[in-house]
Amino acid sequence: MIGALVGMPLAAVGEVGEGFFKERSVETLGCVARSSHLFCGEWAREHLHEFATPALEQLEMVVISVLIGFAVAFLLALLARRFRYLEPPLLAGTGILFAIPSVAFFILLLPITGRGRETAIVALSAYTLQIIYRNVLVGLHNVPESAKDAARGMGLTNRQILWKVEIPLAIPEIVAGLRVAVVSTMAIATLAVLVNAGGLGAKIYGRGLLTFPTTIILAGVIAIVLALLLDAVLLAVQRLITPWRRAEAAA
Amino acid sequence: MNGLLPHSLLADFGGAFEFIFQKQVSNVTGGHKVGGFGKVAELALTQIELSVVSLTVAILVAVPIGLYFGHRGTGEALAIGLGNASRAVPELAVIALLAAVVGVGFETLTVTLALLGIPPILTNTFTGIRQVDRASVEAARGIGMTEFEILRKVELPMAVPGVMSGVRTSSINVIATATIAPLAGVVTLGAFILNENVYGPNGVLAGAIVTAIVALIFEFALAGLQRRLTSKGLRLQAQ
Repeated sequence: MIGALVGMPLAAVGEVGEGFFKERSVETLGCVARSSHLFCGEWAREHLHEFATPALEQLEMVVISVLIGFAVAFLLALLARRFRYLEPPLLAGTGILFAIPSVAFFILLLPITGRGRETAIVALSAYTLQIIYRNVLVGLHNVPESAKDAARGMGLTNRQILWKVEIPLAIPEIVAGLRVAVVSTMAIATLAVLVNAGGLGAKIYGRGLLTFPTTIILAGVIAIVLALLLDAVLLAVQRLITPWRRAEAAA
Repeated sequence: MNGLLPHSLLADFGGAFEFIFQKQVSNVTGGHKVGGFGKVAELALTQIELSVVSLTVAILVAVPIGLYFGHRGTGEALAIGLGNASRAVPELAVIALLAAVVGVGFETLTVTLALLGIPPILTNTFTGIRQVDRASVEAARGIGMTEFEILRKVELPMAVPGVMSGVRTSSINVIATATIAPLAGVVTLGAFILNENVYGPNGVLAGAIVTAIVALIFEFALAGLQRRLTSKGLRLQAQ
């Protein structure tokens, strides 16, 4: 029961937007009681620690979702590479999952997984499939034939070529896909509050919060910072595991 | 709601479909019935209208800018950076902030959704134009085409897949964000989802089903449009 849990005051049937966020709870008063404030620094400093748990919840949700998405998408891409006829249907299938709005996806899973974090993780990982799948395939396609020929000439088997030549050379594209996935999933995970999965959305969509810009801005900025942080981590990992690119750049 | 048995699954989705086609009694409206095909269609149309208008505005702003900078080959860092940065913006925060600070209503929300829709189109138009073979552009210049003709007859047709992939990404974002539009005073299908106390679990699920259907119709329509807009030569090349 979303309504009961976040205690959204209701105006009248069918007039949801009209007045239902006008109510303010006691917690949000204080320096906030002054009208026409945009960001209340005093409140932000006092309450910043309350954002730590939701932020960690969201970070965890996103990392798990992208890891699951990566595992599945990587497998699908290898399948599509092995059986070429699978490539278009897999692209279309992941495309459909990508196109369904996340809010609707969360709700469609409710009868199966119920409210909570699992639901959010399933929907978020399904969302990342297309991005990662496409990038893995592009990466594998872009491996120069000459590199594969050289490997074959050295006596490598097809499997060895895949794992020792093609996948390492595809890492930049694969990581690029992961970076897009991580950043967009972090933004969408804010909506996970709608299925009671916690996260920073709880600091936006909660009792009396929707009228309070300070908490909205703070939660939004933290979500963006977390996205950029994960993005930077992935970039660092990529540099670490592709030392030959740095050698090339230096040469 | 938590059942894993197919029986309860069928009951959940059956109830949702019932809500779509027939009005149901609500707990809180004092005997007033909610849902039904008329209401669902009305909210779906609002969502479609909001999305189409926002997406159109986004296209009208983003495509010319992307074409201009793509043709000139300047502003790459800005175009790419804008596309990357926009992905990190949490829509819930934007819509909530809009409602709390600027106010609610169809116009303000349209402008906001259009702003959210611009970056993917701009970035993809830009990269689409940049990826056009420079030799083709030089050849066009060589046979005496003006810069505008080059853009119109050479670069734009070749960049259609890029432009359209940006439009499709934007469309997905815009429709998804239009689902939470009730927070900003525009009653879309999200109203069913966000007000379980009024519409009940059937209404919540019904809202999600119809939202997903609307989103997929958009996706298929745009994919069809992309095929129609792509020139025959390019389609042959792709095969």
